[in-house]
Amino acid sequence: MADEAQGGGIHIDPMHQFVVKPLFGQPGDHVGMLTVTNATLWMAIAVLCVVLLLVVGTRGRAIIPSRLQSIAELAYGFVYKMVEDVAGKDALQFFPYIMTLFMFIVFANMLGLVPMSFTTTSHVAVTAVLALAVFLTVTIVGFVKNGTKFLGLFWVNSAPLPLRPVLAIIELISYFVRPVSHSIRLAGNLMAGHAVIKVFAGFAAIAAVAPFSILAITAMYGLELLVAFVQAYVFTILTCVYLKDALHPGH
Amino acid sequence: MAGETTAPIEHAPDAAHAAEAVGMPQLDFATFPNQIFWLVLAILAIYYILTKIALPRIASVLAERNGTITNDIATAEELKLKAVEAEQAYQKALAEARAQAQKIAAETRAEIKEELDAAIARADTQIAEKSAESAAHIGEIRDNALISVEAVAKDAAGEIVRALGRPVDDGDVAAAVETQMRGEA
Repeated sequence: MADEAQGGGIHIDPMHQFVVKPLFGQPGDHVGMLTVTNATLWMAIAVLCVVLLLVVGTRGRAIIPSRLQSIAELAYGFVYKMVEDVAGKDALQFFPYIMTLFMFIVFANMLGLVPMSFTTTSHVAVTAVLALAVFLTVTIVGFVKNGTKFLGLFWVNSAPLPLRPVLAIIELISYFVRPVSHSIRLAGNLMAGHAVIKVFAGFAAIAAVAPFSILAITAMYGLELLVAFVQAYVFTILTCVYLKDALHPGH
Repeated sequence: MAGETTAPIEHAPDAAHAAEAVGMPQLDFATFPNQIFWLVLAILAIYYILTKIALPRIASVLAERNGTITNDIATAEELKLKAVEAEQAYQKALAEARAQAQKIAAETRAEIKEELDAAIARADTQIAEKSAESAAHIGEIRDNALISVEAVAKDAAGEIVRALGRPVDDGDVAAAVETQMRGEA
Protein backbone atom coordinates (compact mmCIF):
# COMPACT_ATOMS: atom_id res chain seq x y z
CA MET A 1 0.00 0.00 0.00
CA ALA A 2 2.75 2.46 0.88
CA ASP A 3 4.95 4.09 -1.68
CA GLU A 4 7.44 5.37 0.85
CA ALA A 5 10.06 5.69 -1.87
CA GLN A 6 8.32 8.81 -3.14
CA GLY A 7 8.66 10.21 0.43
CA GLY A 8 7.82 13.62 1.75
CA GLY A 9 4.04 13.55 1.43
CA ILE A 10 1.61 11.98 3.82
CA HIS A 11 0.03 8.80 2.72
CA ILE A 12 -3.65 8.73 3.53
CA ASP A 13 -5.74 5.86 2.32
CA PRO A 14 -8.82 5.77 4.56
CA MET A 15 -10.53 3.09 2.50
CA HIS A 16 -7.76 0.54 2.68
CA GLN A 17 -9.04 -0.75 6.02
CA PHE A 18 -12.24 -1.92 4.33
CA VAL A 19 -10.57 -4.18 1.77
CA VAL A 20 -11.72 -7.77 1.97
CA LYS A 21 -8.69 -9.99 1.52
CA PRO A 22 -7.90 -13.65 2.02
CA LEU A 23 -6.56 -14.47 5.45
CA PHE A 24 -4.10 -17.00 4.03
CA GLY A 25 -2.09 -16.60 0.85
CA GLN A 26 -1.25 -13.50 -1.15
CA PRO A 27 -3.12 -10.20 -0.64
CA GLY A 28 -4.09 -10.04 -4.28
CA ASP A 29 -5.52 -13.55 -4.47
CA HIS A 30 -8.96 -14.13 -5.81
CA VAL A 31 -11.71 -13.97 -3.18
CA GLY A 32 -14.04 -16.88 -3.76
CA MET A 33 -17.25 -17.61 -1.97
CA LEU A 34 -15.69 -20.03 0.50
CA THR A 35 -12.35 -18.25 0.88
CA VAL A 36 -11.49 -17.59 4.50
CA THR A 37 -11.09 -13.81 4.55
CA ASN A 38 -10.66 -11.12 7.17
CA ALA A 39 -14.44 -10.74 7.03
CA THR A 40 -14.75 -14.41 7.97
CA LEU A 41 -12.33 -13.94 10.84
CA TRP A 42 -14.09 -10.94 12.35
CA MET A 43 -17.56 -12.43 11.91
CA ALA A 44 -16.28 -15.55 13.68
CA ILE A 45 -14.89 -13.39 16.48
CA ALA A 46 -18.28 -11.66 16.74
CA VAL A 47 -20.00 -15.05 17.02
CA LEU A 48 -17.44 -16.06 19.61
CA CYS A 49 -18.10 -12.90 21.61
CA VAL A 50 -21.85 -13.54 21.52
CA VAL A 51 -21.25 -17.07 22.76
CA LEU A 52 -18.87 -15.80 25.42
CA LEU A 53 -21.38 -13.29 26.72
CA LEU A 54 -24.67 -15.12 26.38
CA VAL A 55 -23.60 -18.73 26.92
CA VAL A 56 -20.38 -18.76 28.92
CA GLY A 57 -21.43 -15.66 30.84
CA THR A 58 -24.68 -17.26 31.98
CA ARG A 59 -23.40 -20.78 32.67
CA GLY A 60 -23.63 -20.15 36.42
CA ARG A 61 -27.42 -19.62 36.14
CA ALA A 62 -26.99 -17.70 39.37
CA ILE A 63 -29.92 -16.06 41.13
CA ILE A 64 -27.48 -13.33 42.08
CA PRO A 65 -25.72 -12.84 38.74
CA SER A 66 -22.04 -12.41 38.08
CA ARG A 67 -20.94 -9.33 36.16
CA LEU A 68 -20.96 -11.06 32.78
CA GLN A 69 -24.33 -12.66 33.50
CA SER A 70 -25.67 -9.25 34.48
CA ILE A 71 -24.63 -7.84 31.12
CA ALA A 72 -26.18 -10.80 29.29
CA GLU A 73 -29.43 -10.36 31.21
CA LEU A 74 -29.32 -6.64 30.56
CA ALA A 75 -28.94 -7.25 26.80
CA TYR A 76 -31.76 -9.79 26.92
CA GLY A 77 -34.04 -7.43 28.83
CA PHE A 78 -33.09 -4.50 26.59
CA VAL A 79 -34.04 -6.26 23.35
CA TYR A 80 -37.01 -8.10 24.87
CA LYS A 81 -38.51 -4.87 26.16
CA MET A 82 -37.83 -3.14 22.86
CA VAL A 83 -39.66 -5.83 20.90
CA GLU A 84 -42.53 -5.87 23.38
CA ASP A 85 -42.90 -2.09 23.57
CA VAL A 86 -42.41 -1.23 19.91
CA ALA A 87 -43.85 -4.22 18.05
CA GLY A 88 -46.29 -5.55 20.63
CA LYS A 89 -46.67 -8.78 22.58
CA ASP A 90 -47.47 -10.91 19.52
CA ALA A 91 -44.09 -9.95 18.02
CA LEU A 92 -42.27 -11.77 20.81
CA GLN A 93 -42.13 -14.91 18.68
CA PHE A 94 -39.60 -13.00 16.57
CA PHE A 95 -37.57 -12.06 19.62
CA PRO A 96 -34.77 -14.62 19.00
CA TYR A 97 -34.39 -13.35 15.45
CA ILE A 98 -34.21 -9.70 16.53
CA MET A 99 -31.89 -10.59 19.39
CA THR A 100 -29.61 -12.35 16.88
CA LEU A 101 -29.52 -9.25 14.68
CA PHE A 102 -28.84 -6.94 17.60
CA MET A 103 -26.11 -9.07 19.14
CA PHE A 104 -24.35 -9.59 15.82
CA ILE A 105 -24.46 -5.93 14.81
CA VAL A 106 -23.46 -4.56 18.20
CA PHE A 107 -20.51 -6.94 18.47
CA ALA A 108 -19.43 -6.42 14.87
CA ASN A 109 -19.58 -2.64 15.38
CA MET A 110 -17.65 -2.76 18.64
CA LEU A 111 -15.05 -5.18 17.30
CA GLY A 112 -14.58 -2.84 14.35
CA LEU A 113 -13.25 -0.28 16.80
CA VAL A 114 -10.41 -2.55 17.86
CA PRO A 115 -7.31 -1.13 16.18
CA MET A 116 -6.21 -3.06 13.07
CA SER A 117 -9.52 -4.92 12.99
CA PHE A 118 -11.92 -5.27 10.10
CA THR A 119 -15.44 -3.86 10.42
CA THR A 120 -17.79 -6.35 8.84
CA THR A 121 -20.83 -4.12 9.28
CA SER A 122 -19.21 -1.30 7.30
CA HIS A 123 -19.87 -3.29 4.14
CA VAL A 124 -23.06 -2.76 2.24
CA ALA A 125 -23.03 -6.42 1.25
CA VAL A 126 -23.42 -7.39 4.89
CA THR A 127 -25.93 -4.77 5.95
CA ALA A 128 -27.95 -5.22 2.78
CA VAL A 129 -28.35 -8.92 3.48
CA LEU A 130 -29.44 -8.15 7.02
CA ALA A 131 -31.86 -5.46 5.86
CA LEU A 132 -33.23 -7.59 3.02
CA ALA A 133 -33.77 -10.47 5.42
CA VAL A 134 -35.77 -8.13 7.66
CA PHE A 135 -37.66 -6.75 4.66
CA LEU A 136 -38.56 -10.21 3.39
CA THR A 137 -39.51 -11.46 6.83
CA VAL A 138 -41.71 -8.44 7.48
CA THR A 139 -43.39 -8.64 4.07
CA ILE A 140 -44.04 -12.38 4.32
CA VAL A 141 -45.28 -12.12 7.91
CA GLY A 142 -47.50 -9.21 6.88
CA PHE A 143 -49.19 -11.21 4.13
CA VAL A 144 -49.38 -14.45 6.12
CA LYS A 145 -50.92 -12.80 9.18
CA ASN A 146 -53.21 -10.29 7.48
CA GLY A 147 -53.66 -11.58 3.91
CA THR A 148 -54.64 -8.85 1.51
CA LYS A 149 -55.48 -6.56 4.41
CA PHE A 150 -51.74 -6.00 4.64
CA LEU A 151 -52.08 -3.82 1.54
CA GLY A 152 -54.12 -1.45 3.72
CA LEU A 153 -50.74 -0.27 4.93
CA PHE A 154 -50.49 1.64 1.66
CA TRP A 155 -54.08 2.89 1.59
CA VAL A 156 -54.26 5.78 4.04
CA ASN A 157 -57.89 5.77 5.18
CA SER A 158 -57.53 8.92 7.23
CA ALA A 159 -56.59 10.99 4.15
CA PRO A 160 -59.13 12.59 1.79
CA LEU A 161 -60.18 10.17 -0.95
CA PRO A 162 -58.58 12.02 -3.92
CA LEU A 163 -55.26 12.06 -2.14
CA ARG A 164 -55.23 8.36 -1.36
CA PRO A 165 -53.87 7.03 -4.67
CA VAL A 166 -51.04 9.56 -4.54
CA LEU A 167 -50.29 8.65 -0.96
CA ALA A 168 -50.45 4.98 -1.88
CA ILE A 169 -47.69 5.49 -4.44
CA ILE A 170 -45.60 7.42 -1.92
CA GLU A 171 -46.19 4.76 0.75
CA LEU A 172 -45.28 2.02 -1.70
CA ILE A 173 -42.05 3.74 -2.64
CA SER A 174 -41.19 4.40 0.99
CA TYR A 175 -41.88 0.78 1.79
CA PHE A 176 -39.45 -0.43 -0.84
CA VAL A 177 -36.86 2.17 0.11
CA ARG A 178 -36.86 0.81 3.66
CA PRO A 179 -34.26 -1.93 3.12
CA VAL A 180 -32.04 0.51 1.25
CA SER A 181 -32.07 3.14 4.00
CA HIS A 182 -31.97 0.42 6.63
CA SER A 183 -28.74 -1.02 5.26
CA ILE A 184 -27.01 2.13 3.98
CA ARG A 185 -27.58 3.87 7.32
CA LEU A 186 -25.64 1.23 9.22
CA ALA A 187 -22.84 0.70 6.71
CA GLY A 188 -22.52 4.41 5.93
CA ASN A 189 -22.27 5.47 9.57
CA LEU A 190 -19.57 2.97 10.37
CA MET A 191 -17.63 3.51 7.16
CA ALA A 192 -17.66 7.29 7.55
CA GLY A 193 -16.50 7.19 11.16
CA HIS A 194 -13.70 4.75 10.48
CA ALA A 195 -12.58 6.68 7.39
CA VAL A 196 -12.49 9.96 9.34
CA ILE A 197 -10.39 8.37 12.07
CA LYS A 198 -8.04 7.05 9.41
CA VAL A 199 -7.74 10.49 7.82
CA PHE A 200 -6.87 12.06 11.17
CA ALA A 201 -4.40 9.26 11.75
CA GLY A 202 -2.76 10.10 8.43
CA PHE A 203 -2.33 13.72 9.52
CA ALA A 204 -0.58 12.56 12.69
CA ALA A 205 2.49 11.99 10.52
CA ILE A 206 3.00 15.76 10.35
CA ALA A 207 4.65 16.85 13.61
CA ALA A 208 2.97 20.27 13.66
CA VAL A 209 -0.59 18.96 13.65
CA ALA A 210 0.09 15.65 15.36
CA PRO A 211 -1.20 16.69 18.82
CA PHE A 212 -4.39 18.04 17.33
CA SER A 213 -4.70 14.97 15.16
CA ILE A 214 -4.30 12.58 18.08
CA LEU A 215 -6.79 14.58 20.11
CA ALA A 216 -9.21 14.45 17.21
CA ILE A 217 -8.75 10.69 16.89
CA THR A 218 -9.51 10.28 20.59
CA ALA A 219 -12.63 12.39 20.30
CA MET A 220 -13.75 10.57 17.16
CA TYR A 221 -13.12 7.25 18.83
CA GLY A 222 -15.43 8.22 21.68
CA LEU A 223 -18.04 9.32 19.21
CA GLU A 224 -17.60 6.10 17.23
CA LEU A 225 -18.20 4.03 20.36
CA LEU A 226 -21.50 5.82 20.73
CA VAL A 227 -22.29 5.42 17.04
CA ALA A 228 -21.44 1.72 17.17
CA PHE A 229 -24.06 1.15 19.86
CA VAL A 230 -26.63 3.63 18.59
CA GLN A 231 -26.55 2.20 15.06
CA ALA A 232 -27.08 -1.32 16.36
CA TYR A 233 -29.95 0.04 18.45
CA VAL A 234 -31.41 1.95 15.49
CA PHE A 235 -31.21 -1.07 13.22
CA THR A 236 -32.96 -3.20 15.82
CA ILE A 237 -35.67 -0.72 16.70
CA LEU A 238 -36.42 -0.09 13.00
CA THR A 239 -36.77 -3.85 12.59
CA CYS A 240 -39.30 -3.76 15.42
CA VAL A 241 -41.14 -0.85 13.82
CA TYR A 242 -41.35 -2.67 10.48
CA LEU A 243 -42.52 -5.78 12.30
CA LYS A 244 -45.23 -3.79 14.00
CA ASP A 245 -46.42 -2.58 10.57
CA ALA A 246 -46.57 -6.19 9.42
CA LEU A 247 -48.48 -7.41 12.47
CA HIS A 248 -50.79 -4.42 12.83
CA PRO A 249 -51.17 -2.72 9.43
CA GLY A 250 -53.21 0.42 9.17
CA HIS A 251 -52.24 3.79 10.55
CA MET B 1 -7.94 -4.04 -5.50
CA ALA B 2 -8.08 -0.55 -4.03
CA GLY B 3 -5.08 -0.91 -1.78
CA GLU B 4 -2.58 -1.73 -4.46
CA THR B 5 -3.60 0.93 -6.90
CA THR B 6 -3.75 3.95 -4.58
CA ALA B 7 -0.99 6.46 -5.10
CA PRO B 8 0.38 8.74 -2.37
CA ILE B 9 -1.33 12.10 -2.31
CA GLU B 10 -0.64 15.37 -0.55
CA HIS B 11 -4.06 16.31 0.86
CA ALA B 12 -6.72 14.36 2.63
CA PRO B 13 -9.69 15.37 0.48
CA ASP B 14 -7.72 14.39 -2.58
CA ALA B 15 -6.86 11.13 -0.92
CA ALA B 16 -10.49 10.38 -0.25
CA HIS B 17 -11.36 11.26 -3.81
CA ALA B 18 -8.60 9.12 -5.12
CA ALA B 19 -9.77 6.20 -3.04
CA GLU B 20 -13.25 6.67 -4.38
CA ALA B 21 -11.90 6.99 -7.86
CA VAL B 22 -10.28 3.59 -7.66
CA GLY B 23 -13.46 2.28 -6.05
CA MET B 24 -14.68 1.73 -2.54
CA PRO B 25 -13.91 -1.76 -1.28
CA GLN B 26 -17.60 -1.83 -0.31
CA LEU B 27 -18.52 -1.80 -3.99
CA ASP B 28 -16.11 -4.51 -5.00
CA PHE B 29 -18.76 -6.98 -6.04
CA ALA B 30 -16.21 -9.76 -6.33
CA THR B 31 -16.14 -10.05 -2.57
CA PHE B 32 -19.93 -10.07 -2.14
CA PRO B 33 -20.55 -13.81 -2.35
CA ASN B 34 -17.81 -14.39 0.16
CA GLN B 35 -19.16 -11.86 2.65
CA ILE B 36 -22.75 -12.96 2.22
CA PHE B 37 -21.85 -16.61 2.66
CA TRP B 38 -19.95 -16.04 5.88
CA LEU B 39 -22.54 -13.58 7.14
CA VAL B 40 -25.37 -16.06 6.67
CA LEU B 41 -23.27 -18.69 8.39
CA ALA B 42 -22.50 -16.34 11.31
CA ILE B 43 -26.14 -15.26 11.68
CA LEU B 44 -27.37 -18.86 11.55
CA ALA B 45 -24.76 -19.84 14.13
CA ILE B 46 -25.81 -17.05 16.48
CA TYR B 47 -29.49 -17.80 15.91
CA TYR B 48 -28.95 -21.50 16.63
CA ILE B 49 -26.94 -20.82 19.78
CA LEU B 50 -29.42 -18.24 21.01
CA THR B 51 -32.54 -20.34 20.49
CA LYS B 52 -30.99 -23.60 21.70
CA ILE B 53 -28.96 -22.44 24.67
CA ALA B 54 -28.68 -18.77 25.55
CA LEU B 55 -32.22 -17.40 25.45
CA PRO B 56 -34.00 -20.29 27.23
CA ARG B 57 -31.28 -20.24 29.86
CA ILE B 58 -31.51 -16.49 30.47
CA ALA B 59 -35.32 -16.65 30.43
CA SER B 60 -35.30 -19.44 33.01
CA VAL B 61 -32.80 -17.56 35.17
CA LEU B 62 -34.94 -14.43 35.05
CA ALA B 63 -38.10 -16.40 35.79
CA GLU B 64 -36.38 -18.18 38.64
CA ARG B 65 -35.18 -14.89 40.06
CA ASN B 66 -38.67 -13.43 39.80
CA GLY B 67 -40.02 -16.52 41.54
CA THR B 68 -37.42 -16.24 44.27
CA ILE B 69 -38.16 -12.58 44.79
CA THR B 70 -41.91 -13.22 44.92
CA ASN B 71 -41.39 -16.09 47.35
CA ASP B 72 -39.10 -14.04 49.52
CA ILE B 73 -41.58 -11.19 49.61
CA ALA B 74 -44.37 -13.61 50.53
CA THR B 75 -42.22 -15.13 53.26
CA ALA B 76 -41.35 -11.69 54.54
CA GLU B 77 -45.05 -10.78 54.61
CA GLU B 78 -45.82 -13.96 56.51
CA LEU B 79 -43.07 -13.30 59.02
CA LYS B 80 -44.29 -9.77 59.43
CA LEU B 81 -47.80 -11.06 60.11
CA LYS B 82 -46.39 -13.47 62.65
CA ALA B 83 -44.46 -10.68 64.29
CA VAL B 84 -47.62 -8.59 64.52
CA GLU B 85 -49.45 -11.55 66.00
CA ALA B 86 -46.67 -12.14 68.49
CA GLU B 87 -46.76 -8.51 69.47
CA GLN B 88 -50.51 -8.66 69.97
CA ALA B 89 -50.15 -11.78 72.09
CA TYR B 90 -47.47 -10.07 74.11
CA GLN B 91 -49.61 -6.98 74.59
CA LYS B 92 -52.54 -9.15 75.62
CA ALA B 93 -50.40 -11.06 78.10
CA LEU B 94 -49.06 -7.80 79.43
CA ALA B 95 -52.56 -6.40 79.91
CA GLU B 96 -53.68 -9.60 81.61
CA ALA B 97 -50.69 -9.57 83.89
CA ARG B 98 -51.34 -5.96 84.75
CA ALA B 99 -55.00 -6.70 85.54
CA GLN B 100 -53.96 -9.68 87.64
CA ALA B 101 -51.48 -7.55 89.52
CA GLN B 102 -54.11 -4.93 90.15
CA LYS B 103 -56.54 -7.57 91.34
CA ILE B 104 -53.99 -9.08 93.67
CA ALA B 105 -53.08 -5.66 94.99
CA ALA B 106 -56.74 -4.82 95.63
CA GLU B 107 -57.33 -8.15 97.34
CA THR B 108 -54.30 -7.72 99.51
CA ARG B 109 -55.35 -4.23 100.35
CA ALA B 110 -58.84 -5.42 101.31
CA GLU B 111 -57.40 -8.23 103.42
CA ILE B 112 -55.06 -5.90 105.21
CA LYS B 113 -57.90 -3.47 105.81
CA GLU B 114 -60.05 -6.24 107.21
CA GLU B 115 -57.30 -7.41 109.51
CA LEU B 116 -56.62 -3.88 110.53
CA ASP B 117 -60.29 -3.27 111.27
CA ALA B 118 -60.46 -6.44 113.34
CA ALA B 119 -57.34 -5.45 115.24
CA ILE B 120 -58.69 -1.96 115.86
CA ALA B 121 -62.00 -3.38 117.08
CA ARG B 122 -60.17 -5.79 119.33
CA ALA B 123 -58.00 -3.02 120.66
CA ASP B 124 -61.08 -0.83 121.19
CA THR B 125 -62.85 -3.50 123.26
CA GLN B 126 -59.70 -4.12 125.26
CA ILE B 127 -59.32 -0.41 125.87
CA ALA B 128 -62.98 -0.16 126.86
CA GLU B 129 -62.58 -3.11 129.24
CA LYS B 130 -59.46 -1.65 130.73
CA SER B 131 -61.03 1.76 131.18
CA ALA B 132 -64.17 0.23 132.78
CA GLU B 133 -61.96 -1.75 135.11
CA SER B 134 -59.99 1.36 135.92
CA ALA B 135 -63.18 3.35 136.51
CA ALA B 136 -64.41 0.63 138.90
CA HIS B 137 -61.08 0.65 140.64
CA ILE B 138 -61.15 4.43 140.96
CA GLY B 139 -64.71 4.29 142.39
CA GLU B 140 -63.63 1.70 144.91
CA ILE B 141 -60.68 3.81 145.91
CA ARG B 142 -62.92 6.84 146.27
CA ASP B 143 -65.48 4.89 148.33
CA ASN B 144 -62.70 3.56 150.50
CA ALA B 145 -61.38 7.07 150.89
CA LEU B 146 -64.81 8.38 151.89
CA ILE B 147 -65.23 5.59 154.39
CA SER B 148 -61.80 6.35 155.79
CA VAL B 149 -62.60 10.07 155.94
CA GLU B 150 -65.81 9.27 157.88
CA ALA B 151 -64.00 7.02 160.29
CA VAL B 152 -61.25 9.57 160.75
CA ALA B 153 -63.86 12.32 161.27
CA LYS B 154 -65.73 10.19 163.81
CA ASP B 155 -62.58 9.32 165.67
CA ALA B 156 -61.38 12.88 165.54
CA ALA B 157 -64.73 14.26 166.66
CA GLY B 158 -64.86 11.72 169.53
CA GLU B 159 -61.34 12.63 170.61
CA ILE B 160 -62.08 16.36 170.44
CA VAL B 161 -65.20 15.94 172.49
CA ARG B 162 -63.24 13.79 174.93
CA ALA B 163 -60.57 16.42 175.10
CA LEU B 164 -63.19 19.02 176.05
CA GLY B 165 -63.96 16.85 178.99
CA ARG B 166 -67.31 15.65 178.13
CA PRO B 167 -68.69 12.11 178.25
CA VAL B 168 -68.59 10.63 174.82
CA ASP B 169 -71.19 8.48 173.32
CA ASP B 170 -69.75 6.98 170.16
CA GLY B 171 -73.18 6.54 168.62
CA ASP B 172 -74.09 10.21 169.02
CA VAL B 173 -70.78 11.34 167.64
CA ALA B 174 -71.14 9.05 164.64
CA ALA B 175 -74.68 10.28 164.03
CA ALA B 176 -73.59 13.90 164.34
CA VAL B 177 -70.67 13.43 161.96
CA GLU B 178 -72.83 11.66 159.43
CA THR B 179 -75.44 14.41 159.61
CA GLN B 180 -72.78 17.05 159.28
CA MET B 181 -71.14 15.33 156.30
CA ARG B 182 -74.45 14.80 154.60
CA GLY B 183 -75.31 18.42 155.18
CA GLU B 184 -72.07 19.51 153.73
CA ALA B 185 -72.44 17.19 150.80
